[in-house]
Amino acid sequence: MRTLLCILALCLALPVAAQDDTPIPDRSATGGAQTLEDIMARQRGEQVAPKTGDAAGAARDLSGQLGTLGGASDPELWRQLRYGSADVTVSSGGEVASVLMQDGGMAWLEFRKGPLATYGGYLLLGTIALLAVFFVLRGRIRLDYEKTGRTVTRFKTFERAAHWLLAGSFILLGITGLLTLFGRMLIAPYISKEFNATLLMGSKFIHNNVAWAFIVALIVVFCLWVWHNIPNSTDITWFAQAGGIIGSKHPPAKKFNGGQKVIFWSVILLGASISLTGVSLLFPFEFPMFLKTFDILRSAGINELPFYGPLPTALAPHEEMQYAQAWHAIVAFVLMAIIFAHIYIGSVGMEGAYDAMGSGEVDEAWARQHHSLWLEELEEKAKAAPKDATPAE
Amino acid sequence: MKAMMMGFAALIVISVGAYFGLQELGFSTDARNAGATVRLD
Repeated sequence: MRTLLCILALCLALPVAAQDDTPIPDRSATGGAQTLEDIMARQRGEQVAPKTGDAAGAARDLSGQLGTLGGASDPELWRQLRYGSADVTVSSGGEVASVLMQDGGMAWLEFRKGPLATYGGYLLLGTIALLAVFFVLRGRIRLDYEKTGRTVTRFKTFERAAHWLLAGSFILLGITGLLTLFGRMLIAPYISKEFNATLLMGSKFIHNNVAWAFIVALIVVFCLWVWHNIPNSTDITWFAQAGGIIGSKHPPAKKFNGGQKVIFWSVILLGASISLTGVSLLFPFEFPMFLKTFDILRSAGINELPFYGPLPTALAPHEEMQYAQAWHAIVAFVLMAIIFAHIYIGSVGMEGAYDAMGSGEVDEAWARQHHSLWLEELEEKAKAAPKDATPAE
Repeated sequence: MKAMMMGFAALIVISVGAYFGLQELGFSTDARNAGATVRLD
């Protein structure tokens, strides 16, 4: 009987002895309470040493350091912080810095690296693929008439310089914008993080400063060509005949045909939208515009958007920035796709088209084929001018 | 080609001008978003 009791006592004591053998980690940072390593070890299913020291007393000491609220959780305070109604005082950064948390950040980040990058990338690659297929099927649009050797001035030097200012700045902004969006996905894993970081620093510098050149060019180009781009009845004929791009007909057109007007207004309207959101991003929190836009939409009876849901009625300053960035990128993707088509038709897609922006002089045969009404206007003006008159330039 | 070069030259002039102009006007990031207790450089 005594032997049996000894074996039973030994069995009961063994687990205690085993537990006591677990090494006690350094818990000085928590005053003997459990540490992060304890939690992780428990999750791994490992034996965790018991609490040591006066953990409760140490927690009391920590509470003292945290001020009047102590270490206790205060749901009301966290709720106020969560919804931006807490009375927060900060030493610098102004009103914006008093927003300690806002929950739009993750949704924005997920959208930026998910749908934005994915569908934006598909849009650009798809446009290039479509243009390549179109080129294979249609080929280059050739001149139907023999070149005359006589040229007419299509665009003056100042107009062409403004076009190239706009084009050059847009290409730089497009490349640096794409690097900023795709760098972490496509460059950092395959080349190096350091290379990507350097590239992004350069991209940001170029993007932020070249933006002003784009805005200036956009205004100049608008002033130069808006008069010629007001829609009129000839555009209907032009679109009805697909601009002569499909088929063999060449519909009459003034200085700008229907397709060019679409390009012009796309550049102006989408470019203006990109510029406004860009300025909002360049001066963070100074020009919030999305809540105001949502208010205008609501007053027009639009309370929700397709693929989005109800329009928000309140936005934290940081959410304004997130909306600005998302919209800036979406519109930029659309404009880039349109510009791909513009570059195509102005270079390999149409014989003689580049001359208009290259030398500014186009052959009369080209002008008659693509802008017959404009050429007729020029010829009438030439006839009306006195024969001994000296040309202005 | 001359017009293209003029456009690109204008691009450089406006961009560099904007960079230094905004610095002078106090619109750099540290000037706008940092207090006396925060140093970003």
